Amino acid sequence: MIGPVEAALRARRDGGGKCLVVYVTGGLGDDWLDTARAVAAAGADVIEIGVPFSDPVMDGPTIQAANDVALAGGATPVSILNALRDADVGVPLAVMTYYNIAFRMGLERFAESLIVSGVSGCILPDLPLEEAGPWLEVAADAGVEPILLAAPTAPDDRLPRICERTRGFVYGVGLLGVTGVRSELAASAVEIASRLKPITDVPVLVGVGIGTPSQAVEASSHGDGVVVGSAVVQRMVDRAGPEGVAELVADFRAALDAG
Amino acid sequence: MTLQEPTPDGRFGEFGGRFVPETLIPAVLELEVEFRKAWADPTFRTELDALLADYAGRPSPMTECHNLSSELGCRLFLKREDLNHTGSHKINNVLGQALLAQRMGKTRLLAETGAGQHGVASATAAALLGMECCVYMGEVDVKRQELNVFRMRLLGAEVRTAMSGSRTLKDAVNEAMRDWVATVAESHYCLGSVMGPHPYPWMVRTFHEVLGREAREQSEALLGGPPDMVVACVGGGSNAIGIFSGFSDAATELVGVEPAGGAAVGRGVPGVVHGMDSYLMQDEFGQVLEAESISAGLDYPGVGPEHSHLASIGRARYEAVTDDEVVEAFQLLSRSEGIIPALEPAHALAWVSRERAALAGKSVVVNLSGRGDKDVAQMMDILA
Repeated sequence: MIGPVEAALRARRDGGGKCLVVYVTGGLGDDWLDTARAVAAAGADVIEIGVPFSDPVMDGPTIQAANDVALAGGATPVSILNALRDADVGVPLAVMTYYNIAFRMGLERFAESLIVSGVSGCILPDLPLEEAGPWLEVAADAGVEPILLAAPTAPDDRLPRICERTRGFVYGVGLLGVTGVRSELAASAVEIASRLKPITDVPVLVGVGIGTPSQAVEASSHGDGVVVGSAVVQRMVDRAGPEGVAELVADFRAALDAG
Repeated sequence: MTLQEPTPDGRFGEFGGRFVPETLIPAVLELEVEFRKAWADPTFRTELDALLADYAGRPSPMTECHNLSSELGCRLFLKREDLNHTGSHKINNVLGQALLAQRMGKTRLLAETGAGQHGVASATAAALLGMECCVYMGEVDVKRQELNVFRMRLLGAEVRTAMSGSRTLKDAVNEAMRDWVATVAESHYCLGSVMGPHPYPWMVRTFHEVLGREAREQSEALLGGPPDMVVACVGGGSNAIGIFSGFSDAATELVGVEPAGGAAVGRGVPGVVHGMDSYLMQDEFGQVLEAESISAGLDYPGVGPEHSHLASIGRARYEAVTDDEVVEAFQLLSRSEGIIPALEPAHALAWVSRERAALAGKSVVVNLSGRGDKDVAQMMDILA
């Protein structure tokens, strides 16, 4: 069965477009929900809501700082998911958080609370294939799309195993490193997309290190699209407001549409 | 029972695992394969044993504390890991990992450090073997362990200050892991305790088993058998698991002593951070709490998974002592035996001192995991 995240991305791809998934830190400022709606209106196909964790080892300084601000403001997984319940953002949602948030809540309760909050997908970057078994089972039962990451370090025989189990899309890690804007796109961004594309029909998106519209175009040349995080979150941290963030997202959308 | 090898998926009972980003999975899988090969290779073992003997100064002695024994009413022995080169037990693990890293073709050692003892040991091994070394240390610890920061730099290591979160050991681990994600091709993460993703908890224990073996032999010679009790401080738990390994098959009671402000076993519930499923101090939502301890080396909200397992099956018990009790024990050993302990093993001594009535007449071995030179400046302020 194809879930809402995958359906939206397939629709974009099948229409000849490139997919744009945008990360928004949950609980960051009072207007983060407005930001999410504005990002959807500006052309994001799916929105990732970051649920802040105290020890985000896959995240660089920008998302770490945003996390700290949100946590200091009292954001919790429960407050963020509750806020999403009636939010009607306009596009399918995924959360990105770390495994302990789900583990502490209890996997079944966590999955259920995602569904109740209208969240379809879930990314847990510190949960590799070796440890994902229990979560994949719970997610399947609850109807959550567990989005798995595929790293540049993965040997060839590992990638098909990831593609078989991921739902929504396969998240190609664009570089060796943590999230954050880089001055140039890493060669590994195109490479991971090229390695994934021939072995799966699931949408192939590349994230980590995609900071500008032109990098997004380059990174999606061999895959189906990109995930943009830190560049957007930086605007949130800078208090650009929903319109200011949406402006950047519209630039990404326009660049991807123009190819 | 003797301490077991973990299951193929890296579990000690229900604890352990490999909760790392996909990027690092090939590295931890390769590390396990290479460690198994090296450990089975007589050449590697001979080389490591030679370094432990001729460079680190093993075996370390076991000292009977006659003065303190009569004050406390038990028979107290210290396993003298403080006398190793670089001043703590950390060198056992670091020499093992550095040799292994070299064998794997890695050119750079990456380490986290709390008190600086593991950082100094890593910098030392890197200097000896001609490797690059980068040590992450929380900003709070950089300040309270100035001397060790200088030592690391003197040894040629780069010390990077971790400015995120609580700015202590937990955050130094986060930064080291972020670095490793980016540099995994050339870097070996020389993790300093029996924590992190499989195979680290098992591999680091294996490298520290030498101190447990020695302590067992020394107990046979000094006591005619294993002691009634073995006591060691626990942050991540490497010195404790090292000495426990020598006595786990005996009737000896095993006691780990945590700081009251960082009692992962005592106050924690199972959680997943830094690659492992283990007891963890966390809030109701799963956010990791900041530990608070006088000792930078134990200032850690988690604990190695094998300790969680030993606690859950009741083979070892875990107790907590306060900072004040530690300060007292630090002075007690200095005055009564002429041995200045590090603040970390002063936790073990503090527990023995507090529980002296219950320990009357018993034989007790405390693992004196490090020496106190690094803590003297901090103690000058505290006692002023």
